[in-house]
Amino acid sequence: MSPRPRVLMVPPTYYGIEYEINPWMDRRQPADTAAAQRQWDGLRSVLVDRLGAEVCLAEPQRGCPDMVFTANAGIVLGDQAVLSRFRHAERQGEEPHFAAWFAAHGYNVQRLPDEIAFEGEGDALFVGDTLLAGYLYRSEVRGHQRVGELLGVRTLSLELTDPRFYHLDTCFCPLDGQTAAYFPGAFDEYARRVLAAEVPLLVAVVEEEAVRFACNAVVLGRHVALNTGCPNLEADLRTLGFTPHATPLDEFLKAGGSAKCLTLHLDRQLVRCLDGGVPEVP
Amino acid sequence: MPGEIVELRGHIVDSLLLPKVLDEITGRGGVFELEELRIGRRRTDPSHARIRVEADDPDLLEEILTRIQEHGAELVDTEDVHLAPAPGDGVFPDRFYVTSNHPCSVRVAGRYIPVSPVRMDCAVVVDAGASTARAVRFAGVRQGDPVVVGHRGVRVRPVQRDVRRADHFEFMASETSAEKPKGVVIRAIAAAMRETRDAGQKVLLVAGPAVVHTGAVPHVVRLIEAGYVQVLFSGNALAVHDVERAWYGTSLGIDVEHGRPVEAGHQHHLHAINRVRALGGIHAAVETGALTTGLMHACVRRNVEFLLAGSVRDDGPLPDVIVDMVHAQREMGLRVEGVGFALMVATMLHSIAAGNLLPASCRIACVDINPAVVTKLADRGSFHAIGLVTDVEPFFHELLTVLEA
Repeated sequence: MSPRPRVLMVPPTYYGIEYEINPWMDRRQPADTAAAQRQWDGLRSVLVDRLGAEVCLAEPQRGCPDMVFTANAGIVLGDQAVLSRFRHAERQGEEPHFAAWFAAHGYNVQRLPDEIAFEGEGDALFVGDTLLAGYLYRSEVRGHQRVGELLGVRTLSLELTDPRFYHLDTCFCPLDGQTAAYFPGAFDEYARRVLAAEVPLLVAVVEEEAVRFACNAVVLGRHVALNTGCPNLEADLRTLGFTPHATPLDEFLKAGGSAKCLTLHLDRQLVRCLDGGVPEVP
Repeated sequence: MPGEIVELRGHIVDSLLLPKVLDEITGRGGVFELEELRIGRRRTDPSHARIRVEADDPDLLEEILTRIQEHGAELVDTEDVHLAPAPGDGVFPDRFYVTSNHPCSVRVAGRYIPVSPVRMDCAVVVDAGASTARAVRFAGVRQGDPVVVGHRGVRVRPVQRDVRRADHFEFMASETSAEKPKGVVIRAIAAAMRETRDAGQKVLLVAGPAVVHTGAVPHVVRLIEAGYVQVLFSGNALAVHDVERAWYGTSLGIDVEHGRPVEAGHQHHLHAINRVRALGGIHAAVETGALTTGLMHACVRRNVEFLLAGSVRDDGPLPDVIVDMVHAQREMGLRVEGVGFALMVATMLHSIAAGNLLPASCRIACVDINPAVVTKLADRGSFHAIGLVTDVEPFFHELLTVLEA
């Protein structure tokens, strides 16, 4: 029996729309704190009660409203945690808190040079042994290169072209080593060619569901937790043998985030094989 | 041909970054030479490419370099700038490097020094000892000053359309058209003014006399009183007609309230000029209690720095008007420091003069009744300029409504 998958979350205690750093954020449309807490509890309950995950919590910090989006804390592989270096000053205050959490939990914290932007799992997702990484809006190709070197994994950079889908995890969701859901309109032509070459089965998400952040889903084994209002992707998932678990997350959509943004995988493992390291996606 | 060497590393073959970078170079009209290419032997091994990029002109080269750097290309340091002494006061050496309104730095003794201020149409004078580089206009150079010549060792960092931010102002920056939804543009201008003020930066208002003629003075006064204007650039006429309005209720002899010509009204502005001259200037007119309303009065009362630059057709001019154009340019250059947003309304000449002094990162809105003026101003090499074709008074009225909502 495989061990329980582990993810990192931060309660939305201080969550709110306090600045605007992506097209979703509008300070005139603040988040409803109570509703956000309910929705966050709902997601956590799906992950723990239905998907059998262990949810680790980091302490929320006043003045870090986006800390709730732990996918951007960094990227974890084995006992290595590469810390994010946020593009915007508004989020850079989260870095020391996540660094402290990783260090306190036994991770070897790796840092990138200050001038290189990299926003963690938000822009870097494994498909099999390859790290697919998004760039332009938040992370830089130079950041991908450094992360690839630090983790010793093949890293392919994909250019994002739609500011609504500013992180890779907002438009791309690896389901297993062979399959991924994606919104084609968020990628440039080169990136689409790379995806076609790297992922044997690509499931295209329609725009109406892409803007519901259908791709921003948490995949644990054959189960997928995602925002409500994505019936087409849910149907595709069932056809592919996955079980979707829709849970409302609209309060977080106001900040440009959903299920995946609210979680960070803590148990990506490196399995040695003849051709270098192969991380196993839980 | 200007050129630079860049390096690209990582999984640049499988990620198509290498072909993409080469496509970018040739697609934009540059040429490349692949000086070195090492392909990783195993799947996980990174590859490495060293590419010489060349383009016909330095601006194109910078455009290409900027774009390919987004794809991970990194510049390899080459050599220091070439310097030549200025042959005389006010004269640059041959082939002097001409700045743009984008930030640039120059390599001196192996180190890149930022050129300050960011200003177009200047030469760069280097003080190697102090590790400083100044952008100077003709009047600012002295014989013997070391001036950058050619493009070697000069690095320009074009200001990008900041796709990473949700900036409604920039989303709006596109073609000028009278058909554009004005409310949307005005809301973008209001947001930019608010952000600039909240960020502690200065808002520059560049305004022509139509502000007075169209009856917009009370609106502009309210803007000033709400702290939305820190610097005003204009000419003689705006101040003259504003004072005329304050004292006679007319603007160029037309009653501002009723729109009717007033008997002997054409003399009003000359009497106004004479009285201000007698008092010793606008500040004196306010301080002695002679001038108690209007735009210039509000500027004095609210400590808005104003700079009036003269022109050859000026009546008077008022004592406050700077009539030496080189002096006026220099003073304007000092006052644009810290300006985060410039609102240019109904004046082509002063707007162009201000635009020439502003870095490309400064957001600009141009409002004029004449589409040609708006296009000319909005299209000055900045992504951050938006234009609005409309009459001045309704514009300010709507802007205030949004700002005061």
